[in-house]
Amino acid sequence: MDKPVLPDGLVVVVKRDCETCQTVVPVLQQLASLTDLTVYTQDDPDFPGDPAAIHDADLAVSWHHDIETVPTLIRVENGVEVDRTFGWLRTAWEEFTGFEGLGDGLPPMRPGCGSKSVDPDLVDELAVRHGGSILRSRRIEVAEAEDDIEMMFTRGWSDGLPVVPPTEERVLKMLGGTTRAPDEIVATVPPDLVDATVEKIAIAAVMAGCLPEYLPWVLTAVEAVCNDEFNMHGLLATTMPVGPVLVCSGPGTRKIGMNSGVNALGQGNRANSTIGRALQLVVRNIGGGRPGEVDRAAQGNPAKVGFCFAEADHESPFGTLAAQRGLDGDVDAITVFGGEGPRGVVDQLSRTPESLANTLAHQLQVLHHHKLVTAFDAILVLGPEHARVFREAGWDRDRIIFELHLRLTTPFDELVRGAGGIEEGIPAQAAAGFLAPDTSDGPTALPKFRPDGLMLAYAGGGAGLFSSIIPGWVNGDTGSKPVTRAVQY
Amino acid sequence: MSTRTILDPTGERSVAERARLARPASLDGLTVGLLDISKPRGDVFLDRIEQRLVGVGASVKRYKKPTFAKPAPVDLRHEIATECQVVIEALAD
Repeated sequence: MDKPVLPDGLVVVVKRDCETCQTVVPVLQQLASLTDLTVYTQDDPDFPGDPAAIHDADLAVSWHHDIETVPTLIRVENGVEVDRTFGWLRTAWEEFTGFEGLGDGLPPMRPGCGSKSVDPDLVDELAVRHGGSILRSRRIEVAEAEDDIEMMFTRGWSDGLPVVPPTEERVLKMLGGTTRAPDEIVATVPPDLVDATVEKIAIAAVMAGCLPEYLPWVLTAVEAVCNDEFNMHGLLATTMPVGPVLVCSGPGTRKIGMNSGVNALGQGNRANSTIGRALQLVVRNIGGGRPGEVDRAAQGNPAKVGFCFAEADHESPFGTLAAQRGLDGDVDAITVFGGEGPRGVVDQLSRTPESLANTLAHQLQVLHHHKLVTAFDAILVLGPEHARVFREAGWDRDRIIFELHLRLTTPFDELVRGAGGIEEGIPAQAAAGFLAPDTSDGPTALPKFRPDGLMLAYAGGGAGLFSSIIPGWVNGDTGSKPVTRAVQY
Repeated sequence: MSTRTILDPTGERSVAERARLARPASLDGLTVGLLDISKPRGDVFLDRIEQRLVGVGASVKRYKKPTFAKPAPVDLRHEIATECQVVIEALAD
């Protein structure tokens, strides 16, 4: 329904169930005799009676004109509101109307009451009734005797866990989390290459269990994965056990209550758990990417339900991953990475940076296969107690990565196919294809990671000498490149 | 709660209704729903169909639409889907 146009002159919105509205009835009678006054009543159509009122029965006038308090007095010129005041304050009403002597004998001031259109019991329904027409998605009826959550399982819209039914009320509320228009196309989602609007992504966010303030993060994540660089299609279709991993940073992560501390990579935090899940539901339901169909993962991994966490950037001695990748450190940002689930690294004894770097390098070397190099990237998530060892020794982010690269070069003859009694490995003729690293091992040694293929993040609780590694998928032009985006609100 | 409405979360590339199940090889032991669409004498036709189905070992449940001019209400569709493995939907005039 379109916004109702208010008549020129003075307009007042009242309800009988408001003592202040009852108090100002003599004032309304005065004004009606002096000028053009239109009265809208929210509840009793016979209130105030004199002057007669128009019944705002469906609250369309109140909702569209954002009436929060009654009485609200509005001045309208040429169909457009030019000013408003609310509650009863004689001096304000006299100044507003230009008439002296209003409400003689009345108290000089009475605060207004809450408008019926902002009644918490009605507000969601009103949003659908008056704002629902902005939603373009097909409506699907659920039978009275049908369990809506079971119905959504049956239709194949779930990732295996219950989803929240995306009612019009919930989706409209979700859309309140962004300034972007519901019909804006955010991305073209593989594998079906369907244009996903803000509205469709908001539906997925509702289903995943997001709060409206998470929506900008979900929208940004969808944009970040649906492009040739990240290659969501390939990540979905591969037989490897990978999915989109979201590393979030910036002050906004704390505003929406994300967890970057104890159990940051685990369960139990609503934002962490649902933002990554919403992205995967977008791929499943809008893009049509389902396991066993285009998703050909041989084994998959549990993080494919959704893997999203925040960096403890407010405590990090090394800045953020987003900053490593070129964004300003205090910008709200998401880095998307095609990766596996995290694996832990235990080293409770190293107190020198060299010893800890040796441990981490050993664990990084074996990712995917210790004889396969440069084909995959990785994110090393340093826990605070491991990070402290480096910080106290004065190693910064660049130094840590440099030292790890130094320890992650392996003589070619140990990597070649057949070496160590293992058929897997580098083909003998491939040596010429690698640039020789500048190390004492000389040109016969190969790096585990390409130069920017090892990334650092910082998260976790304050107790425990542990870190985690997130191994990647095929990198570069033939696979997936990490993408970092500032969150668009 | 009355009939609820949700928004389609898919790319809307296919119809909202669920796909039909494959035809069973036999009706023996299955429950077949017969939907009377409320056209005159449709019941005569369906009575005969019911006799034939019972004769091949099926049990039959009968349903009726409020009016032939509109699609079956969502609650009726759900009732049939819950109670029957097979439904015969046909028009007789």
